[in-house]
Amino acid sequence: MTQVPEQTKADRRPSRAGRRFSWRTVVVLIAPFTVVYLAFLVYPTVRVLMLSFTNSDIAGRGSFVGIANYAHLLKDALFWASLWHTVYFILLCVVPNTAVGLIFALMIVRLGRLRSPVMAMLFLPYILPVSVVTQIWLWVLDTNYGIFNYLTGTKLNWFQDPHWAMPAVAFVTIWWTVGFNILLFVAGLQSIPQEYYEAAALDGASGGLQAFRYITWPLVWPVTSLVLVLQLIAQWQIFNQVYLLTNGGPYNSTIVTIQYMYIQAFQLHHGGYATTISMALFVLILVSSLAQIRLLRFRGNP
Amino acid sequence: MRRRRFSASSAVVTAITVAIAVVWVFPVYWALNTSLSVDTQTVKIPPVWVPSPPILDSFKYVIANTAIIRWYFNSVVTSLAIDVLVLFLTMMCAYALSQIAFRGRRALFVFFLAGFMIPGATNVVPLFMFLNRLNMVDTYLGVILPQLVYPIAVVVYKQFFDQMPQELGDAARMDGASDFRILFTIFLPLNLGITWALAIVLFLFAWNNFFWPFIIIASTPMMTIPVGITQVQSWYGIAYPRIMASAVLAALPTAILYLIFQRRVTQGVAITAGIK
Repeated sequence: MTQVPEQTKADRRPSRAGRRFSWRTVVVLIAPFTVVYLAFLVYPTVRVLMLSFTNSDIAGRGSFVGIANYAHLLKDALFWASLWHTVYFILLCVVPNTAVGLIFALMIVRLGRLRSPVMAMLFLPYILPVSVVTQIWLWVLDTNYGIFNYLTGTKLNWFQDPHWAMPAVAFVTIWWTVGFNILLFVAGLQSIPQEYYEAAALDGASGGLQAFRYITWPLVWPVTSLVLVLQLIAQWQIFNQVYLLTNGGPYNSTIVTIQYMYIQAFQLHHGGYATTISMALFVLILVSSLAQIRLLRFRGNP
Repeated sequence: MRRRRFSASSAVVTAITVAIAVVWVFPVYWALNTSLSVDTQTVKIPPVWVPSPPILDSFKYVIANTAIIRWYFNSVVTSLAIDVLVLFLTMMCAYALSQIAFRGRRALFVFFLAGFMIPGATNVVPLFMFLNRLNMVDTYLGVILPQLVYPIAVVVYKQFFDQMPQELGDAARMDGASDFRILFTIFLPLNLGITWALAIVLFLFAWNNFFWPFIIIASTPMMTIPVGITQVQSWYGIAYPRIMASAVLAALPTAILYLIFQRRVTQGVAITAGIK
């Protein structure tokens, strides 16, 4: 049946669930987005899996090679190195970015008239293109003439130092994106009813620390877990900042997984092998974010 | 009205917060400062904190000697196309999902939601091959098409359309209005606020997108501005005032958009992140 009997208002059932419609209208309304969705999201996702079993070049020409790519991947030292660098970046970025976001948000909600300009200043970097962000920081952290080294008296070449390159990339990432986290935290903090704090004060909760521990932290937890999950998914896919700040250097010490996929695909023209790297990362992102969601839910609702 | 306690400790917290915010935007100021300085000023120690006098030479140089005007044009064309197309596609789709009880609409909605689990970056290799077969490498369409997939906009519109009073559509339908008329003359005007918020952030995201244009664009004249300005460095070596001038020019449209529509930008960013 394509048509459902028309309902009158007297039915008191939701009439949008039961009125007449033509399938032509539905198709015209839905088809454009669905086609785009199938062609540019679903199809590539399926193709990644298929290509990972081939020796395709970057034009997609190649033949089936079974699990050869996966066997090679397990022995590929540079792949494992890139994976470790990505994980290292995640460790440097996800929790610190979330913590800094929460701390700044807590400070901001205490402000009065200054709240809006302060928020604007902390959010501003987020609206910049990544290449603008990296060019600014390449200059600020320049070895010889950078303002940072001048003010601190250091002489480091931050983005080409084996120890400091990745922390510096993580720092720039936090500078760039923390505004987003602050925004979500401020929204979460504002939705906590003021009465809770007043009641806590009457009950003799001493000072801000206890109020934070027993009111703010549990009530803002849904936002915290959302930010953590969004961060994790985003930072697994780190490429732009690393490519533009260190280009994987010094000596491949900051090369990350998407960058290795990029090199295999677009510089070495190993399309098949590049999609094998994509698959590995895809599975890691899926598994780790689902695990994280479960874990955070569990912690959030004891 | 909530009482605000004026105490020494809260004054200290306010001062610290403001100080952090000032330090946070300082690099942006520093980029602006350098872009308005001459080369010799930028390598002085101690540094020159305020350009004296501010000069526009670096901007003139970048505009005259790089393809930055062309990159601007490319970015405007692709970002606007993405913006308008995404709004139309997702609005129509969400209207059908919300207002028409066709079979399978729940399944379709869940199918779109599943798209959130696909990390964009892992798909670029087959996406590139696909567009290569369509002869769209190094073209506007190649930049635009893969950026039209915004299931989150469908979700947002559906949420807003679900909240519309039912009598609205029913009355118009009694008068013989088609679903398209109802969408564009009743639903759209009543949801202009969220449409503006979405339009502004979608433009922002499209303008700022680096990775996809970087993959699909091969020639310098076809680059969008965030990709193009990374060429400036190799174009004439390390000359920070010129690099900073190109960065300032690249950031200008989104920065202006943000300064004018601050509330809409934050609303749009929050809503596309899943928080109302």
